[in-house]
Amino acid sequence: MADSTYPIPGSLEAPPRRWSQAAILEWLNSWVITVDHKKLGILYMVYSIFFLLVGGAEAMAIRIQLVQPNMHFISPQVFNRLFTMHGTTMVFLVGMTYIFGFANYLIPLMIGARDMAFPRLNAFSFWMTFFGGLLLYYSFIGGGGLYGAGNAPDTMWWAYAPLTERAFSPGHAPDYWALSLIVTGFGTIGASVNVIATALCMRCKGMTLMRLPLFVWLNVVTSGLALITITPLTAAQVMLLIDRYFGGHFFDTQAGGSALIWAHFFWIFGHPEVYVLVLPAFAIANEVIPVFSRKAIFGYPAMVAASVAIAFVSLGVWAHHMFTIGMTSVGNAFFVLSTELVGIPTGIKIFNWLATMWGGKLRFATPMLFCTAFVVQFLLAGLTGIMLSAAPWNWQLHSSYFVIAHFHYVLVGAIVFCIFGGIYYWYPKVTGRMLSEKLGKWHFWLFVIGFHVTFDVMHIPGLLGMPRSIYTYEANRGWGTLNLIVSIGGLIQAIAVLIFAWNLIASYFKGKEAGNDPWDAWTLEWSTPSPPPVYNFATDPVVTSRRPLWDLKHPDDPDWHYE
Amino acid sequence: MLVALFAWRTAFAEGPQATPSIFAPASTPATSIYQLSLFVLSITGAIFVVVAGLLAYAIFRFRQRGDDDTSEPAQIYGSVQVELAWTVIPVLIVVVLFLTTARMIFAIQDAPKPKSALDVTVVGHQFWWEFNYPKLGIHAVNELHVPLSNPQTPTPTYLTLLSADVIHSFWVPQLSGKQDLLPNKVNELWIDPQHPGIYVGQCAQFCGVQHAKMLLRVYVDTPEDFAAWVKNQQQQAVSDQSVAAGRRIFETQACMNCHTVSGTAATGRFGPDLTHLMSRDTLASGATTNTPEHLREWIRNPDTYKPGALMPAMQLNDQQLDQLTAYLSTLR
Repeated sequence: MADSTYPIPGSLEAPPRRWSQAAILEWLNSWVITVDHKKLGILYMVYSIFFLLVGGAEAMAIRIQLVQPNMHFISPQVFNRLFTMHGTTMVFLVGMTYIFGFANYLIPLMIGARDMAFPRLNAFSFWMTFFGGLLLYYSFIGGGGLYGAGNAPDTMWWAYAPLTERAFSPGHAPDYWALSLIVTGFGTIGASVNVIATALCMRCKGMTLMRLPLFVWLNVVTSGLALITITPLTAAQVMLLIDRYFGGHFFDTQAGGSALIWAHFFWIFGHPEVYVLVLPAFAIANEVIPVFSRKAIFGYPAMVAASVAIAFVSLGVWAHHMFTIGMTSVGNAFFVLSTELVGIPTGIKIFNWLATMWGGKLRFATPMLFCTAFVVQFLLAGLTGIMLSAAPWNWQLHSSYFVIAHFHYVLVGAIVFCIFGGIYYWYPKVTGRMLSEKLGKWHFWLFVIGFHVTFDVMHIPGLLGMPRSIYTYEANRGWGTLNLIVSIGGLIQAIAVLIFAWNLIASYFKGKEAGNDPWDAWTLEWSTPSPPPVYNFATDPVVTSRRPLWDLKHPDDPDWHYE
Repeated sequence: MLVALFAWRTAFAEGPQATPSIFAPASTPATSIYQLSLFVLSITGAIFVVVAGLLAYAIFRFRQRGDDDTSEPAQIYGSVQVELAWTVIPVLIVVVLFLTTARMIFAIQDAPKPKSALDVTVVGHQFWWEFNYPKLGIHAVNELHVPLSNPQTPTPTYLTLLSADVIHSFWVPQLSGKQDLLPNKVNELWIDPQHPGIYVGQCAQFCGVQHAKMLLRVYVDTPEDFAAWVKNQQQQAVSDQSVAAGRRIFETQACMNCHTVSGTAATGRFGPDLTHLMSRDTLASGATTNTPEHLREWIRNPDTYKPGALMPAMQLNDQQLDQLTAYLSTLR
């Protein structure tokens, strides 16, 4: 049985809270000292959404500058800082934190545990990540240093050597970049250890590994991948700092160092990182799509196997970011093959989502709208990925706007769409109130239109020879109109995100009461009150299948007959 | 897919275009890539039509109609046969794609170099291009001149790519894919352009403040034009007594630390060789056209055209600027 409160809706009536100064301080303090997985999950999400807005604002400044050729909205120096900070923020401060926001909040609830395996490590990890992000943004103030050159980092988010060496980047901007990634990296390692330990050791009675919700499975795979890939990144940052402060010559090409080694170190982190970011998005879709199709996920074992396969293969594809760097023809061919192999397990996932929807009864509430758009967009992102994996074509497409369009299709079209879908889905559990469906529909349609106006069109200037990371372009190249359209799409997306932010705030105060289980879902978190009590479950639940609440709701036809 | 079709329209044009589309190839490597891209596009396009079609059908056919119906649909947990089918078919597609791609990699990257090939060493600098022709003794800058290559008597150009500072990337989309220029590493690239004219491109790897204005122009000359250009470039710098004052400024200010003018005391290597400055159509790696007015403004304050360029403003007065511009304008 699940928590004894099920199926009685609502929770105990709390006395009305009085806001005095002392009460506010106590409330703030409770967030700082908390080791509760739910509060930390919320902190991660607030942090992630905050930086999503910051990174989005940076993107808007970039788009204004590119709206026409030879614009003077911002200087080249500022432009270079903005796209570096946009990339770094979105990958490390938004992408890496939304994962642990969802994972922290949901994994213990889904596996019937009362907290994560290491609650204090959990808090430590969050605050490391938190201060790492602050350190990165402090570079806007402190990065100038003694030499006055540059303030925020302006070397792209992959920071290719030797541009980051002292000779080419005096001042302290690259130091802030490197240190902040080391610090947030420690946070990621701590959180990953915690996720794996929790999922393996804290499962309730009956929750075998093959009954684990796919959400939990994918987060375990993600965390394992993060543990492997953060290591070379941290090592590379340490080497960079040794170069910059102790006269090392790892990447100092003028003293015989190697620019190539940095690229290898960075991408052996950087490519699996894409999967670290996207697997938790799959995790969300794996929960939302079945519930709103009213069917069990199709091919659960295949989904688990495909996720593990993606993680393994993704460790061997990094040099497809380096087809133009001058590898041998055999080296190029190897990475073509390994990259195209990733397409197989990824294809299996798309087919399984499709088969889950097939024959179901699709309810297009906002979470399902986002996840359906995700499937279409991820399909397209995968297909442009296949185009990029064809090395000779990659020699044309690499570092062009085509690549930018491709990876924004993954990062926005897949990941951000799933994040939004996930927030619409679990917000009622976290706050006890529904997000407004009306605003949600506005948010979805504006965002999906803005997304396609921006990123569909963005492929074209790449095919027409426009390289990335240029602060302006020549007037006679014929890229002007396309860039104008892309920028307009960006504006539409920005409006949609502001509607979303408003929805988050307004619904917290005025949203409809959610009850325990507003979506008629099947996993354990929906058996607790909304929001769940600190201890999650009054009595330890016992499960007998992958969908414990389905079994409760259909005692005549329970899942364990079929699994 | 629509995206690609849109860009494909440019493919019907021949020769150099103002818009350097990868679908308007004018040299063997670019043409091979273009053909590969059509092949990959047709496969991925077919996959998209099938899968997106199924998805659209599912969305339309299986959407819930009316909120009152609360019965659950039939629960289907999976099927080994179906899983196998959609594993095996993608495997076959991958095999086909991989073999085609690999063949193309070897064909382009390992193409044997004919004896008639022209060698050019390209050195990337922040933020300009140096083109050395070792067998011809030429040091050109920013504007690469190569001979037209016709299929009967091919005269391809083989580029050896080096960097003096950070990573750059040589990309002229109509002629070939891009290739990076790394410090301490030698890369190679070849082109055999088949229509004369000026092909544009630019640096494709972020290399610092003025990465955006590190533009490339490749002049594909007929054999006669190319011979005439080579002959001119092999001359010593013009020495004109009427502009001696300007030359004195050049040789007594810091100019000569960074720039070379052959036959004079100026032998700097940090900036572009100015021996035949006025034979070029553009200044500052394509940031502006090469006219005496632009040249004067560029010397007065390089930030006008290229904020963040490594050439300093030399704080010359108006008279010095006029004399220096007059001298440089004689370097044909």
